[in-house]
Amino acid sequence: MPYTLRINGQSKQVDVPADMPLLWVLRDVLNMKGTKFGCGIGACGACTVQLNGRAVRACQTQVSTVGNQEVKTIEGLSPDGSHPLQKAWMELDVPQCGYCQAGQLMTAAALLASKARPTDADIDSAMTGNICRCGTYLRIRKAIHLAANGGRRA
Amino acid sequence: MKTTKQLDRRSFIKVSALAGGGIMIGLYTEPELLSQGPGGRAAPQPTPVNPGTYITVHPDNTFTIIAKNPETGQGIRTSLPMIIAEEFDVDWKQVKIKQGDLDAKYGRDMGAPNVGQIEGGSTATPQNYTPHRNVGAAARMMMVNAAAQRFSVPTTELTTAGGVVRHAASNRTATYAQLAEVALKMPAMAVADIKLKDQATFKIMGTRIPSVDNLDIVTGKPAFSIDVNPPGMLHAVFEKCPVFGGKVVSANIEEVKKAPGVRHAFVVEPPAPPAAPAGGGGPGGGGGPRWASGVAIVADTWWHAQNARTKVLKVVWDEGAVASQSSVGYMAQIKAMADKASTAPAGGTGRSVKEGDAEAAFATAAKIVEAQYDFPLLSHAPLEPQDSTAWYKDGKLEIWSPSQIPNLNNAAVPAGVTPADVTFHLVRAGGGFGRRLVSEYDIEVSKIARMVADERTKAGQPSVAVKLLWSREDDMHFDNYRPAGYHYFKAGLDASGKLIAFRDFVASYGATSVVPAGEFPRGFTPNFWVSDSQVTPYNIPTGALRAPSTNGISFVMQGIIDEIAVAAGKDPLQYRLDLLNSPVTPGQNPPGGFNASRAIGVLEAVRDMSGWNNRSKLPKGTGMGVAFQYAHAGYVAYVAQVTVDSSKKVKVDKAWSAIDIGNQIINLSTSENLVEGGFVEGMSHLMAWEITIDKGRVVQNNFGQYNPARMRQLAPNSIEVKFLKTNFPPTGLGEPSLPPAPPAITNAIFAATGVRIRALPLAKQGYSWT
Repeated sequence: MPYTLRINGQSKQVDVPADMPLLWVLRDVLNMKGTKFGCGIGACGACTVQLNGRAVRACQTQVSTVGNQEVKTIEGLSPDGSHPLQKAWMELDVPQCGYCQAGQLMTAAALLASKARPTDADIDSAMTGNICRCGTYLRIRKAIHLAANGGRRA
Repeated sequence: MKTTKQLDRRSFIKVSALAGGGIMIGLYTEPELLSQGPGGRAAPQPTPVNPGTYITVHPDNTFTIIAKNPETGQGIRTSLPMIIAEEFDVDWKQVKIKQGDLDAKYGRDMGAPNVGQIEGGSTATPQNYTPHRNVGAAARMMMVNAAAQRFSVPTTELTTAGGVVRHAASNRTATYAQLAEVALKMPAMAVADIKLKDQATFKIMGTRIPSVDNLDIVTGKPAFSIDVNPPGMLHAVFEKCPVFGGKVVSANIEEVKKAPGVRHAFVVEPPAPPAAPAGGGGPGGGGGPRWASGVAIVADTWWHAQNARTKVLKVVWDEGAVASQSSVGYMAQIKAMADKASTAPAGGTGRSVKEGDAEAAFATAAKIVEAQYDFPLLSHAPLEPQDSTAWYKDGKLEIWSPSQIPNLNNAAVPAGVTPADVTFHLVRAGGGFGRRLVSEYDIEVSKIARMVADERTKAGQPSVAVKLLWSREDDMHFDNYRPAGYHYFKAGLDASGKLIAFRDFVASYGATSVVPAGEFPRGFTPNFWVSDSQVTPYNIPTGALRAPSTNGISFVMQGIIDEIAVAAGKDPLQYRLDLLNSPVTPGQNPPGGFNASRAIGVLEAVRDMSGWNNRSKLPKGTGMGVAFQYAHAGYVAYVAQVTVDSSKKVKVDKAWSAIDIGNQIINLSTSENLVEGGFVEGMSHLMAWEITIDKGRVVQNNFGQYNPARMRQLAPNSIEVKFLKTNFPPTGLGEPSLPPAPPAITNAIFAATGVRIRALPLAKQGYSWT
């Protein structure tokens, strides 16, 4: 089936089965490798992207359901690392293996868009579906606060 | 292939030495590493240091430094180049990093031909620290020599900083870029002639340097093994029998080939068994690389391949003998063995030890403590499932691998080429934790890539690269699991509470590494007896998980010591110190490299950091627990403060960690991160992780049944880390930070509630996180 997707502000044409998950359209059809495969059942958050600003699991989102919604992936957060969350992630040296971090960032960006100054509880609630197998949670939480605080350490 | 693979971390390192195609010969095993130097085994003859292999000087006076080891999240792509940059005397902002392929020149040209390119056993730092310093220092000396020629002055009048050589007396300078053409063509330098910096002048090591890959990671660049994408690449899945050792009888290959997007589908036959029994026998083992029987499906996208697998493929399996095995059956045997603990032989295989006469001492003891502890099989579950990419073309194989022990034979043998015809790229992996010490995926993808290339040649099609990606379910079903252990303890105390006899009978399945024959309190009680029996038959593959052996042993040994201290009516932390201060033979440490003074050091530090001595003021339901562990040459002590409510909801309020890994932390940021991560991994082990076997299959499928710790379980700023600086060479940190975390928490649960935790995971006993 032909689909026209709006991804990171650009229009992309793909011809794929209706039930193909957005994750694999991104990774294997459009060669956008930033969005990661972790579990395939929506249980780990590694594939998190945004649809109209809402964090969703790309592995559970069939391409036919995307329609006109604006897809934002990690590549669209900012290509040069200038988004406040990306800057905070680098300043606090958050990643270990780094595999989960694209999903963590996309969830965190959706949170900050809806709540500019989240509390610890807001962050924990928003981020609980994102696994970091390396255990960088303390730094992720700190980095979200740092970004929310305009890059100034509290 | 899926027979029992009793390979612990040390065995893996030996295996690589055997099967390394001449690349990784004579790797240190851990005990050998520890015995280097006076009285230890003589180190192999060093080769001259040729820094040009590691350092490229650019005209703008920036420098590319090779990162030679596999990166799985331990930060090695940053920390090893930091060592070179420090001694080279350049600024970190002048440095770019390039990943080295698998190549013998990296050991040879840093003067240590025996040191390979592996991630395992926390060996990267101790093996590479001095050789990498030598690389940087030799390069700096060459720059100084070149400047001395240029300025016609003695080298003693020259200084360096920021990649510039300076002659102060004449106020002349030359950049490394200006000197490079002369300098890096100088003959390689003998290790004995290399002069290292004074540690007090370090500017890079010991600081917080963010990972060199952070920008790629936060902007979604293709940084990982799963992202490798040569032009025209196809995507593969590999269906194996869910029962370990099972084989394909038949499969509906022709129907699978008709499924949408599928380009190739075929049965993969396992290789013939080796003619003679050889050590290991697992993938990459002494018998050579082996692969499982299965069905490969190769398609335009991974989803197409996986869809054909789950919706079309039908396989008739010969499940084999392992289908009769289950966790329930193993446990029945274990319980029967435990009844014979008091008459078990000491063995004398290195896995058992009998010092003094524990049984006789029990008869004289004023108090006896008996307890049964156990911990389950675990899967590694790195977030990036296993994958690898290979391209067979014109008789050669190119492979892009996330392996922790990259091995040319794993690619060459299944592809039917010689190791010399393999180009082996090391690619960043989404987590290792020991899972990628075994590289079945490298072996499988090399076999599949060759079969795909042969099919395409016959059809007149060009050869393409193939990426094999396991599903999460594959990853959980086909792991090399952390071996389980069942410990039956008996301890005897005299009237003063002193530990006079200690016995541990271990009934276990899986690798041998769960038997604590060399573990504390050995050497600190006169009668010490450890023996074991193994379940048979047992054919579930086991292997090394982060901190192999101590990742489970620490829970049981630090738990029983805590019980003994409580039975003696003593402060559990002070009781450990008292034991450590009274070795059976005064002034002598037990075998295995354990140094009591370093263990005392971390315990005293964590006591002071945590306010341990004021813990009686904690509210009801809150308690502190302590544990320490010697693991992979490092010493780690934790105090955890935990609150438990009446419905068994547990909250870790705070954890303090004191760590002794020698006289130099390389990257402080990475080091703190690894400690936090080790503690969090301990929380995963503690609460919910358990792999069980039913009819020869792994029961758990995905994270829903194997749930790791989550952010909300970590209180903000709840882990405090202190590195002690002691007069010992620097050692690794990836592994030592994990093992004492679970017992610190379970000992704290006891302090908070009076309930002793003797089995993992906690969720099975009604506990959950707050």
